[in-house]
Amino acid sequence: MNLTLRIWRQKGPEDKGQMVTYPVQDVSPDMSFLEMLDVLNERLILDGEEPVAFDHDCREGICGMCSLMINGEAHGPQRGTTACQLHMRQFSDGDTIDIEPWRARAFPVVKDLVVNRNAFDQIIAAGGYITAPTGSAPEAHSTPVAKADADAAFSSAACIACGACVAACPNGSGMLFTAAKITQLSLLPQGQPERYTRVIGMVDAHDEAGFGGCTNIGECAAACPKGIPLNTIGRLNRDYLKATSKRAGTPGS
Amino acid sequence: MAVTGIILVLFLILHMLGNLKIFTGETSFDHYAHWLREIGTPLLPSTWYLWIQRTALTVAVVAHIVSATVLAKRARAARPVPYAHRRKIHVNYAARTMRWGGVIILLFVIYHILDLTTGHLNPQGDPANPYGNVVQDFAADRWYVTLFYTLAIVTLGFHLRHGAFSAFRSLGQQTPKGERRARAAALVLAVALCVGYLVVPFAVLTGLVA
Repeated sequence: MNLTLRIWRQKGPEDKGQMVTYPVQDVSPDMSFLEMLDVLNERLILDGEEPVAFDHDCREGICGMCSLMINGEAHGPQRGTTACQLHMRQFSDGDTIDIEPWRARAFPVVKDLVVNRNAFDQIIAAGGYITAPTGSAPEAHSTPVAKADADAAFSSAACIACGACVAACPNGSGMLFTAAKITQLSLLPQGQPERYTRVIGMVDAHDEAGFGGCTNIGECAAACPKGIPLNTIGRLNRDYLKATSKRAGTPGS
Repeated sequence: MAVTGIILVLFLILHMLGNLKIFTGETSFDHYAHWLREIGTPLLPSTWYLWIQRTALTVAVVAHIVSATVLAKRARAARPVPYAHRRKIHVNYAARTMRWGGVIILLFVIYHILDLTTGHLNPQGDPANPYGNVVQDFAADRWYVTLFYTLAIVTLGFHLRHGAFSAFRSLGQQTPKGERRARAAALVLAVALCVGYLVVPFAVLTGLVA
């Protein structure tokens, strides 16, 4: 199949950037989206042009590096799928495909389609962990966890921190990412001691990073390649309300 | 947003129930309207309760608008470079029209107060005869008033459909089952208030109330 790509090209963080059109011939429907970009880049290199910079690593949908806005949808048209697992059979011969980076103030463009997602690291650093030294993996049955809690925590832990929630959100909010980590830790016994300082720290870090505020629209959960549910944000809100009324840090409260 | 919104929704429910008293006849409706000025007497002087409620509602409206403005400004700042190509995958009309819908509702509330509270924009504008004011207001030859009223109420319905669910969520609604219930409750509330408010002008228009 033959395609026309319109790709965001930006030389560096200070460059203004623009959409540039590239024709691509003889694309196999069995190629992944990133392989199709590899084909384009090999041709650009042979022609002496600068290849298109894009993030990728595992190419099997678990690392969270790929971050492409494809035809205005985060990770493209297939739900529950990262861009690396998206195959060209999802498109038709003759299609024009627009490819843009995630757009958010907290995710500045480094080059072309590569954005800096350090803001997510700052949110995690503000409380997305437990401070107890864990050593090697403990015996699984030593701390019983209710099955429903374990399942919900596990599905939240599936977040790969790709940033599709922020990219898709009309408010540019990173609440689904923050809420996934809050939910995972607040449903498990190991997360309890720091539960209420964690939520305040992480929400503050989220706001300081320049993300927008959540208005419960639901675009994030629809775009999430890992299917993190929208109700995790309700869990975050409940923990936040409790934390602010509990006077976290007061002994015995 | 959630707390101020809930205060305003509680007022909307009471206001709608009061409006429906128009079906109990002119004497009853006018008696109810005059009673509103006497709530709290003799503990409070006449109309004091009314002014306390008006102050509380004004504070709630202003706080609601301030919160919405803060959120809108943050959203604008959070995405300085817009997408060249954008497709909405989760079609949620109510959630996406909250801001402009709110502006329409605000303009309507200003008009509504000038119309049926102060009487400036009412064809009769007689504070002693609220029943007559309503009947004159929605007369058939003033169809454009009814049209604007209907548009504003439908906008309010959409605003509540997302707003009520969003309020539950902001106040900590956290389970998938609860989410289905909260969405259903928001839809029922929105439809009930729309119907409750719209039956009055259409009853006047069709001559059921004259």
